[in-house]
Amino acid sequence: MSAMSDRISRSEVAHVARLARLELTEDELDTFTDQLAAVLDHAADVEALDVAGVAPMTHPYPLRNVLRPDIPTATVDPDEVLAAAPAVEDRRFRVPPILGEAP
Amino acid sequence: MIEGWETVIGLEVHAELATATKMFSGAPNRFGSEPNTDIDAVTLGLPGSLPVLNEKAVELAIRLGVALGCEIRPSIFARKNYFYPDMPKDFQISQYDQPINVDGFLELPSGKRVGIERAHLEEDTGKSTHVGGAGRITGADHSLVDYNRAGVPLLEIVSRPDLRSAEEARQYVAELRAVLVATGVSDGKMEEGSMRVDANVSVRPAGSDTLGTRCEIKNLNSLRSLGRAVEYEALRQVDLLDGGERVRQETRHWGEADGRTHAMRSKEEAEDYRYFPEPDLVPLAPDDEWVGRIRASMPVLPAERRARLAAAAGVSLPHEGVAVIVGRGQDSQALAAMEGGADPARVLVHVEQNLAVEGGAALEPGRLVALIDLETSGALTATQAKAVLAEMLATDAGAAEIAAARGYEAMDPNALAAALDGVIAAHPEEWEGFRTGDDKAKGKLTGFFVGQVMRATQGKADGRAVTALLRDRAAG
Repeated sequence: MSAMSDRISRSEVAHVARLARLELTEDELDTFTDQLAAVLDHAADVEALDVAGVAPMTHPYPLRNVLRPDIPTATVDPDEVLAAAPAVEDRRFRVPPILGEAP
Repeated sequence: MIEGWETVIGLEVHAELATATKMFSGAPNRFGSEPNTDIDAVTLGLPGSLPVLNEKAVELAIRLGVALGCEIRPSIFARKNYFYPDMPKDFQISQYDQPINVDGFLELPSGKRVGIERAHLEEDTGKSTHVGGAGRITGADHSLVDYNRAGVPLLEIVSRPDLRSAEEARQYVAELRAVLVATGVSDGKMEEGSMRVDANVSVRPAGSDTLGTRCEIKNLNSLRSLGRAVEYEALRQVDLLDGGERVRQETRHWGEADGRTHAMRSKEEAEDYRYFPEPDLVPLAPDDEWVGRIRASMPVLPAERRARLAAAAGVSLPHEGVAVIVGRGQDSQALAAMEGGADPARVLVHVEQNLAVEGGAALEPGRLVALIDLETSGALTATQAKAVLAEMLATDAGAAEIAAARGYEAMDPNALAAALDGVIAAHPEEWEGFRTGDDKAKGKLTGFFVGQVMRATQGKADGRAVTALLRDRAAG
């Protein structure tokens, strides 16, 4: 298979990788373009099926309204959690400066 | 209002729900805890943790949907993917293309109906504090994150672009807040971040029916900020367009200190959150029985309370006093006083103006009736009644008792006439002006004469009696 696919372009893969904060080498870009194209090929096979009359589903299980009561349960030990963080200041997680605002 | 232009505003309000626990786990939902204490495996997105939807959050979402006349629909949750340290799992669970509430409206005290496009469930994010760079993101040295807020249930309530001024936007948020509080959906505390507002603002030439390019304004933490930001932003856009420039669609940050909106450092990528259905949650489809039970438990909402009070008082809506009284939740007090036989007009005035103080809402309606009866019978002037009322709030004494102790009694009509005649004699020019003037001049000078008589009688005169007597004298 070539790195050029009808299903997905190399630049689209690069874009998706950037959104996912993945740094890919040129070779990796080729590899993943091929692999993603194969996944999309499979999706296309499914798409080709006649599903007229089948209601769309977002979940494989015939379940709805799985709910829990609004009752507090145990929390975790903050000391333990903060001890696992790379950097802590003022009982909070210290992170590098952020570019742009929260969405 | 900017001459020749129309401002178009749509608002997105995020309201934190009044649940005991978070949206998808049993970690506590509360304000003011020590940083990073109300957290659990789900909050932190630890491997293997799975979300389970909070039943109460769904109930509160339906309550608001019913209050806003929305269609309550089967819905699903989606992952909104982004990299930002306020969500440890690198996505936020939100409703996207299939929200629970769609197509409702909110009626403002003015009678205007503002369309509600949707009101969907989502989880709140953690709270970032930016260190250095004056507390703003741009130029910050680093940031500190507290995940207590991460996962708190939210409703995002999206209005249609139906608002036309900063004042109307403020009224909308105030009314929405009143509905959220009345229904118990949220505590509505803007100062604690329970209610946060983003404003989409655009301008267009007056009379145009196409929408201009909009900017989204963030960081509006009070009604005052909202009003100021919308006014500033509309002017900024009109200036651009008047100067032959274009408005760029962007997100802007309101700077409370300098009173301006600022373009935010734009993200490297256009917004691309790669939403997809959340695989760890099943669809939500509240049945009619559940929705019906919630519908049956709804309180009387502010719009209907205004209608009730206005009907009892015999005034037509919109009515500012009625809106203020309902806004403060003192309508049941006013209604009870009216039912007790007090003059409705005086009830509205006293409750709106003189019972706005601390403890005013607690005044037993029967005591207010007794006071107003003294006033309408002529035993107390409006000024005296106000003073007596203030004292009633501080003591248990009744209106009559306080009035007697203060030596308030209706002035002898002859003494009142003598006082007025004295004032007339001392001010011949004003008297001539009153006698011969038009209605406007008469109105102005009535105030003057009443004031002078009040001064001459140390406030004992009844303003209405003075006015009537003044007319008599002028006619005679």
